[in-house]
Order: sequence, then C-alpha cells, then structure tokens
Amino acid sequence: MTVGGLSVGIETAPARRGKRLSPMVYLLVAVGALLVLSAVRALSGATDLTSAGTVQAALTAAVPLAMAALAGLWAERAGVVNIGLEGMMVLGTFGAGYAGYQWGPWAGVVFGLFLGIIGGLLHAVATVTFGVDHIISGVAINLLAPGAALFLSKLYFADAPGGGQKQSPRIEDAAKVTLPGFSDLMGTIEGKRWFFVSDLAGVLRGLTTEISLLTLLAVVLIVATGWVLWRTPFGLRLRSCGESPSAAESLGVNVLKYKYLAVTASGAFAGLGGAFLAVSSGQYRDGQTGGRGFIGLAAMIFGNWRPGGLATGAGLFGYTDAMALRGSNAVHALLLLLGIALVVVAVIQYRSGHNVLSGVAAAIGVLFGWWYFASSEVPPELVGAAPYVVTLLVLGLASQRLRPPKFVGEPYRKGHAV
Amino acid sequence: MSPEPPAGGAPAPAVQLSAITKRFPGVVANSDVNITVRAGTVHALVGENGAGKSTLMKILYGMQQPDEGTIAIDGAPVAFSSPADAIRAGIGMVHQHFMLADNLTVLENVVLGSEPRKGVGLDFAAARAKITEISTAYGLGVDPDRLVDDLGVGERQRVEILKVLYRGARTLILDEPTAVLVPQEVDELFGNLRDLKAEGLTILFISHKLDEVLSVADDITVIRRGTTVASVSPEGVTARKLAELMVGSALPVPELRESTVTDATVLSVEGLTVLSADGRTVLDNVSFTIHAGEVLGIAGVEGNGQAELVEALMGIRSCSAGRITLSGQDITRATTRHRREAGIGYIPEDRHRQGLLLEAPLWENRILGHQTSAPNVRGPLLDRKGAKRDTERIVDEYDVRTPGIGVNASALSGGNQQKLIVGREMSGSPVLLIASHPTRGVDVGAQAAIWEHIRRARAEQLAVLLISADLDELIGMSDTLSVILRGRLVADHDPAAVTPEQLGSAMTGAGRED
Amino acid sequence: MRNLTPRSVLLGLAAPLGALVFAALVCGIILAATGNSPIDTVDAMATAAQRPRTLVNSVNSATVYYLAAVAVAIGFRMKLFNIGVDGQYRLAAMLSAALAGAAFMDNLPSFLRIALTIAVAMLVGAGWAGLAALLKVTRGVSEVISTIMLNAIATYLVSYLLNPARLAETTAGSNNIGTAKITEGGQVPGFEVSGSTTKVFGLILLAAIVGVVYWFVLSRTKFGFELKATGLSESAAVASGVSVKKMVVISMLLSGAVAGLVGMPQLLGASYTYSLDFPPGLGFVGIAVALLGRNNPVGMAVAALLWGFLDNAANALDISGVPREIVLIMQGVIVLSVVVAYELVRRYRVRAEQQAVGKALGRTKTLEEVSA
Repeated sequence: MTVGGLSVGIETAPARRGKRLSPMVYLLVAVGALLVLSAVRALSGATDLTSAGTVQAALTAAVPLAMAALAGLWAERAGVVNIGLEGMMVLGTFGAGYAGYQWGPWAGVVFGLFLGIIGGLLHAVATVTFGVDHIISGVAINLLAPGAALFLSKLYFADAPGGGQKQSPRIEDAAKVTLPGFSDLMGTIEGKRWFFVSDLAGVLRGLTTEISLLTLLAVVLIVATGWVLWRTPFGLRLRSCGESPSAAESLGVNVLKYKYLAVTASGAFAGLGGAFLAVSSGQYRDGQTGGRGFIGLAAMIFGNWRPGGLATGAGLFGYTDAMALRGSNAVHALLLLLGIALVVVAVIQYRSGHNVLSGVAAAIGVLFGWWYFASSEVPPELVGAAPYVVTLLVLGLASQRLRPPKFVGEPYRKGHAV
Repeated sequence: MSPEPPAGGAPAPAVQLSAITKRFPGVVANSDVNITVRAGTVHALVGENGAGKSTLMKILYGMQQPDEGTIAIDGAPVAFSSPADAIRAGIGMVHQHFMLADNLTVLENVVLGSEPRKGVGLDFAAARAKITEISTAYGLGVDPDRLVDDLGVGERQRVEILKVLYRGARTLILDEPTAVLVPQEVDELFGNLRDLKAEGLTILFISHKLDEVLSVADDITVIRRGTTVASVSPEGVTARKLAELMVGSALPVPELRESTVTDATVLSVEGLTVLSADGRTVLDNVSFTIHAGEVLGIAGVEGNGQAELVEALMGIRSCSAGRITLSGQDITRATTRHRREAGIGYIPEDRHRQGLLLEAPLWENRILGHQTSAPNVRGPLLDRKGAKRDTERIVDEYDVRTPGIGVNASALSGGNQQKLIVGREMSGSPVLLIASHPTRGVDVGAQAAIWEHIRRARAEQLAVLLISADLDELIGMSDTLSVILRGRLVADHDPAAVTPEQLGSAMTGAGRED
Repeated sequence: MRNLTPRSVLLGLAAPLGALVFAALVCGIILAATGNSPIDTVDAMATAAQRPRTLVNSVNSATVYYLAAVAVAIGFRMKLFNIGVDGQYRLAAMLSAALAGAAFMDNLPSFLRIALTIAVAMLVGAGWAGLAALLKVTRGVSEVISTIMLNAIATYLVSYLLNPARLAETTAGSNNIGTAKITEGGQVPGFEVSGSTTKVFGLILLAAIVGVVYWFVLSRTKFGFELKATGLSESAAVASGVSVKKMVVISMLLSGAVAGLVGMPQLLGASYTYSLDFPPGLGFVGIAVALLGRNNPVGMAVAALLWGFLDNAANALDISGVPREIVLIMQGVIVLSVVVAYELVRRYRVRAEQQAVGKALGRTKTLEEVSA
C-alpha cells in the first residue's frame, strides 16, 4: 500500500488475488462473527455488545466515517491521494451548521456538500493542474479549512441565538423511520436473552428502528458508488486514470477532466460526511470532526479500495465508537473480541505461510486476552484510541492482501505520461 | 520524393503528412517531414534512435500538435487536438510500451474510451461479443475476461492490436512492435499484419531493424535528424543502402578483436536460485563463470529472469540458494554497497530508474553508487571538490556533451546520460562490469563509443556480464554466449558460429531438442 | 547547491514572495467582503510589530516552530512524510516533564538535570516515530497513515497519563492538571530584552545548534547525500548501494528525536510543567514552516519567524475587532499557494535549463528526452 512517497518495505509481487467471494461466504462470515460476539456477550455479561441501542449508535457513528471513506475512494480510484478529507469534512460541518440552523437539516446537508466541493476543487487545482504532491496539498488544506471554518463561525454564529464563537445554534435532526411491527417483534426476542437468537434480534432491531434518513441516504450512496465506478463507462474511465493514466490518455480519455471530477466528488462526499456529523449531533462545533477524515481513510484502506469493504470498515470503527459511549463494561469485552480477532488473523496468516506475521498476531492477540482477564475495566481515556489501534493492526498484519490503484499518488501531466 | 500514386482512379493516400515541423524548448524534433502512405499497404518508417520517429507518430496520433505543416487522411485535411480525434478519423496506434492497465481486465482495457452502453451503464455482454468476434476473425486468441496482469508479452501485444481494431481503425501505427518479441513471435506478428493488409487496412510500421522492414514493407520512408531524407521501395534497395540513408554513413558494427580471455576467474556463480515475493521461482539453479578479460553475453526474451539475475548479482534482490564468488571472495550475502566496493560496476537496464538522479547535477550523479570511495568522500564527509574534478575528467574522456557539470542530468540526451554512467562505472578500476542493455535507446555515435569503451576495458582484464535484447550486439560483443529461458541457463553458444535465428530458437525453447 | 547567481536567487525568492503577496490579497478580499477594513488590520499588525513584547513572543514561537520544521524536513528530504511530529513532541514533552519534575531530580546538578530531561524527550520522540519506521520497513505501511494514527493514539495516551492517579497532580486553585512543577535547578534561564517582561527562551541556542547541524549533515556528509538521493529516486539509491530500509529507520528516528525537542523551550523556559494547556498542534505548524522554507535551514528560520509573528500579531487583531482567525486563513493560503508556486518555478527551471543545454550544444532532441 502506498500513497506516494517511498515504496520500501512494500512487497513487489502482486498480491495474490483472492477469488471474489460469493454472497454465501459473506453470510457465513457474518454469522460466524455474530456467534463469536454472542459468545463473548454471554461470557462477559456485557449485553451492550449486541443491543439494539449499540447497533443504532454504531450506525450513526459509522455514517460520517463511511462518507469520508467514500470520499477517499473516489479520489484514490482516479489516482489522487486525499488526506485533505479531514479539512473538507470540517468545511462540511460548518456548512451544515450555517444553513442547518436557519433552513433545516436538508439545507444543511446541501450546503455542507457545497462547501466540501470547494475544498475538493482546491485540492484538484493544486494536485491535478499544478502537480503539487498530493500529501502536501492535503496537509495544506487541513491547515486552511479549520481556520476558515473558525473565522466564519465567529462571524456568523457568535451573535446568533443559541450560538457561540465556536458553535452554531441547534440544528433540527433529520427525520427517522422505523420498520413497523418487525422492530417490536425483534425487541421482544431480544429481551429473552437467548444465546445467538436474541443477539441477532438485537442487531436486526438496531438496523430497523429509528433509522435516520441520512443513514438511508448513505447506504444508497455507497451502493450507487459501487455501480457507477464498476458498471458504467464513466466509472471505467475514472478508474483507468488511477490504474494507468497513460493508457487512458492514449485512448482519448481526458484524464485531467476525470481527475477533476473525481476529486470534486471526493470533496462533495467529505462535505457530506461533515454535514451528516453536524446534523446528527445537533450543531456545528469547532473541532467536531476529531480526526474522522483520517479514520475514513483508514476504513477505505481496511476495505481494500472497494465500497463494500469500506462500508464494513466504517461499520467496525463506528461500532468501537459506539462501545466507547456505552461505558466501560462493553469496552472491556471489546478487549476479548480484539484478542479473538487477532488469533483468527494469526491462523489465516499461518495457513498462508507467513509464520512470523502469524506469531506476532498471535502474541498481540494473547496480550489483549490477558489484559481482558487480568483487569476489570479499561481506562476510559484509552477507549477512543481503539479505531486507530485497530487500523495499525490491520495495516501491520494483513496489508499484503490489499490492492490499491496502481498509479495512486503519482503526479500526472498531460502528454507526459507516455 | 514520395512514390507517385498509381495512375487512374487510384484511391487517395490513406495518410499524407506534408511539411510537418515540431519544435520543443531549445530543440527541433521534426522539420519539413513529408510522408505519403498508400491505402492498403504496409509502409515502414525507419530511422535510428532519436531521429524523431516517435514525435512524428505522436503528431499523427493527436498526442502532440505540429507547429507547421498539414495532415490529410484519405485526401481530406484534418487537425487532431487529441488521440480521440485521431481515433475518430480511423487511426489506431500500438505503442512500443504497452498502454495497458494491469489491474483491469482485457475487456475493460479494450473498450475504455469507446464503451458500448446500455442506458447509462456499460453493456458488458455486447462488449464481450464484439471482442470475441474480432479476436476470432483475426486469429488473435484473446480472452476478454482475463486480467491483463496475468498475460504474457505476446498476448499483451495482441490485446493492443485488438484495442485498435475494436475502434474500427483503418490505419494502424505500430511503434517498434518487434522490440519485445523473439524471431518466431515476429513471424506470427507479420502473418497478422499481412492478414490485416488483405482486409484492406493500412499499416504504418516504425522500426530500425532493416531486415524486418525489407521483408514486410511495401514502401519505406527514411527519417534522419528529424526530417525525411528518402522514400524507397524494398525491391530497389539493400539493407546496407538503407542503413547509410538512416545514419548518413556506415553503421557501426559491434565486434571484438582478438581474444583477451584469461584463466583468472573473476565471477563465479553456482546454483543461484531466486524466488519472487509470492514464491515463484524466477531464477532456477543458474551457474556460470566469467574470467578476467572475458565478456559473457546472456541472450533471452525479456522477462525470463535477466532482471532478477542482475539484481541478485548486485545484491538488490536476495537469493534463496546458491553461491556468488567475486575474485575468490564469497559475496552471496553481501550488501549492494559491499559488492560495489569490491569492484562491481553496474550499468542498469533503465538509466532513469536506477542509474541517475535526474534532478541533481552531473557531479552529484558522479558520486551516486560510489559514495564510499575516493575521490568522492573523505571519511563520512563529501569531497565536493574531488567529485567535481573527477566529473570533469569523465565528461572529457567519455565525450559527454554538456555545457557544464552543474546542469541537471535530466537536461542531457539519452546517449550522453549513458556515457556519463559508463564513465562513472568504469572509474575506480572495477574488476567486473554488469552491463544491462548498455546501448538501449542511444544514438549510433554513443553506441559505437560505448562498445569501444567496453572493448578497451576488456583488454585491460575487466570481466563483463552483458545482457541485451539486441542479438547483433550480443553476438558481436561476447566471448561466450548463454541463453536464459524461464529462469534457467538452457544453452551455450559460440558467438563466432551462431546465427540470430539459432539464438532465437533457443530463446523460445524451440531449439531445446538439439 | 546551485551556483548563486542573481538570477537563481531571484527565482528562489519568487515563489515564497509571490505566495505571500497572493495570500495577503486573498485575506484583504475576505476581510473587505466580511465588513472588516484591511487597512485597519494591517495597521493593527504594524502597531503590534513595534511592541518589544510581541517581538520577543514571536521569536519564542519561532524557536519552537523551527525545531518542529527541522524535524519534519529531515523526513521530507527523502520523501518520508512524518506527519506524526505532533504526537511525538506531545508524548515526549509530557513524559520528560514528568521526569524533570520528579522529586529525586532536585539533588542532581542543574546541567545534568536539563541534559537528562532533553535526552529523555529525544528518546521518547524517537521511540514513537520508530514505531512508524518499523511498520514501514517490515510491512510497507505508509508512514503517512501510520503517523496519523499514532498522533491520535498519542493524544489518548497523554490524556491517560495526565491523571492525578498517574503522572499528574492538580494545580491548586484551578481545574488545570499537569505534571509536577520543575524546580529552579531544572529550568533553563532566558535572555532579558529591554522593554519586555517576557524573556527570550534560553533554548533558542539549542534551535540554532540544531539548524547548523542539520545544514552540515545534509549538505556536507555522505549520509546527507544518501538522504537526498533516496528522496530524488529510491530505485537509483538502492542500485547505488543505499539501504533504504536503514535510511528510513535512521531518518525517522532522527526526525522523532528532533520532534522530542519541540516542547523543550516552552517546558524548560516558560511553563515548567506539562499541563492541559500545553500548546498543541506544533507538529502541523512544523510541516507548514518546512514547506514554506523548502527544507532549507535558513529558509525555514525565516518562515518560522514569519509564522511566529503572524501568530502573535493575531492577538493584536482581537483588540481592534478583526477576528484573529484571519491569520489562520492567511497561513493556510500561504502554504497552499507556496507549494503551487514552487512547482511552477521548478517547471520553469527545468525548461530553461533544457533550453540552455539545447542552445549550448545545438542539437536536436527527441520528445522522450524533453519530457523525461
């Protein structure tokens, strides 16, 4: 995995392409994961692990991450690294705050998206037109955007009713929907505390109760992205700019145009992520994004530059986020889950012949297990670090399975790619 | 200058370039170029490296715009501002360096830019059907659903041709199509070209391999120093005459004089085996010896382990088994630094990737690879004066054409860059020179100079490992020849007796029965 | 390393000056558009510039920014993006503050105490950066991603350690918590400046030394050459015998060690404790300053002073009613426009040089060579 820079340490051989797994396999993996979860739940007594409330909170937390990850996907598929996601999200939160408190949540979403587009255009101008290093441009945007947002919030929110220098007035939340009947039924089953069955019911209830329209929109966007990028001529051209800009150019594809479109779309998604964050937490606050742009990037890498994968990643990180909110009993159980996951990784790596890696994974896994059994709680200050630690573990222990676009991070100049 | 079109109702020329001129900052790439390509023929454009063939083709394909002159397709004047325009006018190009995205499928690569649609989506079924149809019609044997990453060189070239046909091209430009092929594959390609011609297609064929040109072309245009100097028909010309037209004088011939081979073993390789990162064997039990004053040539189709062999010898890639001994010292596990200090000089295959810091001045490039030895360093400190003085010496002795040693390496021509590298690698009295395609992409002047430097060093007891795709160079410059196939050394030949055809069979494995 | 002709000096200055002018223009427009007077803003900043206190504070800020910039630049020189200077300095400052404030340190001679504090800070910084280096060389994990993750982890780690139950104590009479105060023997005295009650950090000397060493190592030693070579072409460096893995580890450790120094001037010269209000975000300022100064030891010093002045002049803006965040916007625009400007100048240089070579030799060149 590379984002420009040095390629040292990256194995030169192409990653072995696993065959595309069938939906059946995914289902089995999901059922297996839920089984483990149920077991840990039963063992630890942390009912929050699979409660509907947790799943709901996880979804809410996951949506901005998924949008940030989608933003990363759009840019990187066209060959542009975008670590300016964080800054573009900040613009999105401000935009949502500004329009949201005046004209309602959907106006906020639109305005957040619009400001994100401006951030994306800035990145496109720097990287595509002027060939600036993608990382550097991203860092610059991350410096600029929060300053601009703070400047504007002072200007527009300080005197607004209920606002302040660093926060907007309240934004009304988007409407929420529940699957009638089904949700209650699941609630009844969840209450029975049956092994696995109640857990499943809890998860299903979480997925069907009080779901924000924003969440539904996010799901639509993820699916739509997959379709657009992989099933349309537009998507093929866009991806070809990330895989081989010279080939694209030689076939008359306007690489600059597609890179611009991709990075602009990336800004739009990041702005959307920021807007979702602000709307779902009821207002814009300075520093609200708290590194979510980076976690989104991590989710995209975790998901191997694919929509389904990044959704899984965002869900996972959203889940840890939700756990952190649920108090330390659930978090404590998370230690054991992490330990088990690492042991699974160890087994997989051992079977594909990576003995050292397997050993390291197993050792860290055992360490987490030991931590679980030797303590009764996790210090609350450390809980927030979970997504970051998990990302490092994924990158460190499973990165050989990743397959990023071939020309991501490379500068491109028209007529010079040949 | 151009051949007269056949009289009476003959079709307009498929392509006519008139008085094309193209300038770049500080240089003129093409001036007053005139070419007429008759429809339904194979037209060859010949010229040495750097003569301006590629620029001309980029102009014809819309990737560059001419400063002066006109292009006419089927008699109608056109102006291309991008390849898309050229494609629309029925021109297709098969690039020398394949323009394929490895992570995409054959289908995706082929349809890119002119996709069949169903609504807003891509019509995969229609694309698959059309590709299969073309593939069958021309006997290309391409499977649309394979990943390009999994294809070999010949297959990739056929995908490139298919890409062009898919777009309905009537005129195909092939830029040095045989550079990466072995003789047998070249024959296959020429068979394909004749089929295409029979279908009424026009082919513009760029090459500097004169025997190939004479065997396949109907007309030949010669380009030298950016301008067209002659248009001839293959019947009325010999290879020697063509060569003289190409370079303006006789071509240099690679050859060694009397043998200087001694008994002193410099490099001995035993059972060298190298695995790729995913566990495939890319070099399999390779053994050979090079003596002082001997040039060992390695022939082979690219991608059969040559790059891995060189990198293993340089310590850039680690080997899983075997022993490498340099002047009696075991260097199997030594670092690249150590090997260089022990006296290995290295002319890499790709000078821009491995041989130079393009954005650093020449004198800093002098230090590169020799940053632990005089005159470049004193202890841990750089000796800037010493390095600069020695760079002046190399520029002088090796005839590197440059206004000074402070200019960046990127400003020099390929030939001068290569001469600088040769000069650098020959300094510090090396005992072994690993020369990988030492004259690739350089002009004939530099080519002759580099051969002469290798000959001279050989006379001074240097051992040389020569890897090249140019069979004439290999046969002419080697004392001993080995053929590499799928990571194994499969045959040894006496360069004095072997012909390029025999080498070619050995390179493809066809000659293994003998 | 180019010869210093007037033309090359001018070209070198064109980018940063152009970026400054552009940024000033953009900010002027923004101010005017939001109903603030650009003239008043300039006036307020100019007035501030005449106050010795502002200048002393600017120099002090610049000292810190310079250290951060050098830390970043070490990696940048070889295209290694240490985005993690931020986490490295915070963790280092926190742990070394805890050590320096510990009671047993009171018995040590002053020099040893200070040296020990600084050494620990460097070790911690290097260690935290070393994690990213380890992931990079063993697993090929992009240092950009890993250092971003490590920054976040450092934040949580510091807040975990900065707890009365662990390494911190509550400050009497406030709700701030911090490490035990470093007693006088462990402090570094500052330099008095007439007209200002604040002193210039004594550790400004440390920043100067770091700058000189940085310059010498990079332009005069084998190591510096190899660092640069790796940055220009990793594959060529490998073929030349450079062990890029070793270089990654060394430069990441060096970068982390210098990052560890970033918190020292403030810790040992002003606050004497690591508390909740210890300045955050210096690592990112370091990136900005390194970009503006082009990794050049002198350029970064000028950039650091500019940044320091802008930050401290921002205080004066609040008094005159202009939102101080305009300075943040200005800084952001400077960084973004300066990287664009440097790229434009670089392209111009390449073209000009090729033209000059072409003219000097009077020969034709193929497109491949021109675009290479």
